[in-house]
Amino acid sequence: MSSYYKGHPQNLVKDIGYRMKEKVILKVENILKVYPNGIVANRNVNFEVYEGEIHALIGENGAGKSTLMKILFGIETPEEGRIILNGEEVKIENSKKAIGLGIGMVHQHFMLVDSLTIAENIALGNEPKKRGLFIDKAKMIKQAEEYAKKYNFKINVTDKIEDVSVGVKQKTEILKALVRGAKVLILDEPTAVLTPQETRELFAELKTLKKQGHTIIFISHKLNEIMEICDRVTIMRHGTTVETCYVKDTNPQEISNKMVGREIVLHVDKKPAKRGEVCLEANNLVYVNGIGKKMLDGVSLKLRRGEILSVAGVEGNGQAELAEVLTGMKVPINGTIKILGKEIKTFTPATMRGNKVTYIPEDRMRNGCAAKLSIMDNLFTDKIEKYLKLKIFLDRKKMKKQSEELVKDFKVKCSSINNQVQVLSGGNIQKVVAARELTEEAQIIIAEQPTRGIDAGASELIRRKIVEYRDKGAAVLLISADLNEVLELSDSAIVMHNGRINAYFKDTSTLTEEELGYYMLGVKNQSEEEVNAILCEK
Amino acid sequence: MRKVTKMSVNRFNTWFEVLRFLIAIFIAFAISFIIMSFSTDSPFAAIGNLFIGPLTSVRRFSTVLEMMIPLTFAGLAVNVMFKANQFNLSAEGAFFMGALISAILAIYMPGQAKLVLIIAIIAAGIVGSLVCAIPGALKIKWNCSEMVVSLMLNYVMLYFGTYIFNQVARDPNSAYKASYKFRTGVGLSNIIPKTRLHSGIFIMIAFVILTYIFMYKTKWGYKLRMTGSNIHFAKCAGIGVSGVIMSSQLIGGFIAGVGGSVEMLGMYTRFQWSALPGYGFDGVILNIIAKENPAFIPVAAFFVAYLRIGADYMYKQSDVAAEIVSIIEGLVIVLVAATAFLAKFRHRMTTKVSKNMLEAGGAKE
Repeated sequence: MSSYYKGHPQNLVKDIGYRMKEKVILKVENILKVYPNGIVANRNVNFEVYEGEIHALIGENGAGKSTLMKILFGIETPEEGRIILNGEEVKIENSKKAIGLGIGMVHQHFMLVDSLTIAENIALGNEPKKRGLFIDKAKMIKQAEEYAKKYNFKINVTDKIEDVSVGVKQKTEILKALVRGAKVLILDEPTAVLTPQETRELFAELKTLKKQGHTIIFISHKLNEIMEICDRVTIMRHGTTVETCYVKDTNPQEISNKMVGREIVLHVDKKPAKRGEVCLEANNLVYVNGIGKKMLDGVSLKLRRGEILSVAGVEGNGQAELAEVLTGMKVPINGTIKILGKEIKTFTPATMRGNKVTYIPEDRMRNGCAAKLSIMDNLFTDKIEKYLKLKIFLDRKKMKKQSEELVKDFKVKCSSINNQVQVLSGGNIQKVVAARELTEEAQIIIAEQPTRGIDAGASELIRRKIVEYRDKGAAVLLISADLNEVLELSDSAIVMHNGRINAYFKDTSTLTEEELGYYMLGVKNQSEEEVNAILCEK
Repeated sequence: MRKVTKMSVNRFNTWFEVLRFLIAIFIAFAISFIIMSFSTDSPFAAIGNLFIGPLTSVRRFSTVLEMMIPLTFAGLAVNVMFKANQFNLSAEGAFFMGALISAILAIYMPGQAKLVLIIAIIAAGIVGSLVCAIPGALKIKWNCSEMVVSLMLNYVMLYFGTYIFNQVARDPNSAYKASYKFRTGVGLSNIIPKTRLHSGIFIMIAFVILTYIFMYKTKWGYKLRMTGSNIHFAKCAGIGVSGVIMSSQLIGGFIAGVGGSVEMLGMYTRFQWSALPGYGFDGVILNIIAKENPAFIPVAAFFVAYLRIGADYMYKQSDVAAEIVSIIEGLVIVLVAATAFLAKFRHRMTTKVSKNMLEAGGAKE
């Protein structure tokens, strides 16, 4: 082993001890990656992965994790640096080559064909053939089952993808990689979409994989998960690897400090809610989507000034549709919405905006910004009428002043307010979105996954801002799949399951993630009377 | 540290765009030169004529400006629609109908000549709006592809226009297919004696300025750019996107219609078009060269017009076919539009600049 020691000196002796036993399967040396727009995504990236370990890769968004993984999977090519696999230098030009070398990747957004079964998805691309021409279905199913059994995955391989839960989809993705002979498996934020119960299942499976000699690179934002399952952790910051250390030698606070480069607060301080009048009242909302599925099935809720009401639930249970109906993006087929006692007649984003409903959308690139336009242009889209001269001409001076204040207030990292939004990192784009939506005028703030996929620093800021505007008297509806965030921020919470509210908690201070998880999966349900009782009492 | 990097990379990119454009033109000429040398004995003289041809006399140079006028109008019309992300190509039909309507008014409308002129231009704009509104309305109502509809619509407009022309305006005594003569005094006045350059050029300049102000300084332009850049986001932010899409095509159509009438009333004394003039498609080309910036449209129009007049001169002076210019034009556009052209060189340079900056910044830290 020729490399010099990169860990903390204190760990040197220990590491040497460990090192004797460990074989380096993958080594990355001095990677430099520059994107065409001049952003240096990776530089001086060095790290080693031992055979048979679960290696965590952690860092803020924009720290270069995803780029590094794309390089390892052949999606991006580095400008400089070497990748050494099993002691040999390799050039990974494309994902096919990566798969050939035994590297598998499970993307955060699944790459599956919804209308096919699990077995078909697994076999896709190398289907077993009968007489050289026809697909051997029986063999295909048998093969998928064998693999599922070998790795102890509890799935029914003849189910169609569109009918199964997110957790099962993820298992399918993992199996897909394994069937293709992956020895090194890259998991990109695998737990972001899972319930606590599903996460536990995933971890058990990962441990099985590890026992069978597979190496896992685990990308995550969640420190407690890394502490739980990983052997070693590599921390990245500003495109560089900061340090690799054994998980048992460190603690969450230390990791997060190294990640951000400063002390960060893992908790948001907030005062108890001072609830005021009812701002938004939804009654018996029903929404049916394009293929005739009832996504909202009689949802009623009341949202008061000065409170944060969270909506928890497994994705696809109607939370997204609830946000879209409340912001006027979709029209319910039944039910009423009242804002400050006034019934809404036309459901369009313009009327909702007119009633001072602001919206931080889940998909910020699609619904939250115009990526090719400047930061300044993006900050006034919903309120340009307030920044005019002679009612027609843009008041650039006023816009510029306000933009500069917002950029400072929300700590958007950019060289100028004329930067295109697309050159910013995910966290900074979200700050721009939040800076536009969280304003003094906002009466009802609908925040949908406001901190998904963004770094700890930006999350902290956005959460703090949300609480700040609550204290200023806005009513906040927070839709989040991050249970930690739900418990952290909300004053009250509801859980959605199959388009219905199946639990309403007036006070979240005694609630646990486990408890929420049971309701999210529909294992536990509050009766309609219980829900209504809390609704009316409020 | 990062800040420094991005700023200098931005500067590098601007510099690179200019360089790339020049290289594209150079390569296009080089290739054309090779092709030319097959068809003529004196390729140097031919290409020389292409370059200096338009400068050989005041009259020829003014022809460049004359041709630039309709091109600029077409470019602006297409620009307004493209900026709203509407690939509406009916500027062609709007141009034709605008010219026809202004011709008919110029023949028949009684009253003071100047007044007739103004009304003819405005009416042409309105007709142009109506033409371009058809694909827009179908898109909003039934989500029809505006590109397919507008392409087909151009032929509908051509034959519909020809029908009106035959019924209303055709002069049976004319030796060739042409309308009656316009009333005397109804026409854009000549500004340089012994040339055909007419006062339409001032209308063109006004439209360039107005379009630029509209696009970047008014709330309508702001909403239009938002909608064009990301329609989902615009919708989400409460912008009435259907209205924006519709008005972009009305405005684009208006500009095209005015362009048609300016061309007709400035350059002709009778309506005599029996085919589509082709300016609508030229408008697309101009937008590619001008990178969709209305301020650069006249520059691009000048460039294209210069090439075409130069080609005409070259054709008259030597035995090279004038079509060679279409080849040059095509090559320039392919090279300008190809984002991957010189991308490797650019990426290498970007890497170098970024790295240098990092090192410089690193030293400072």
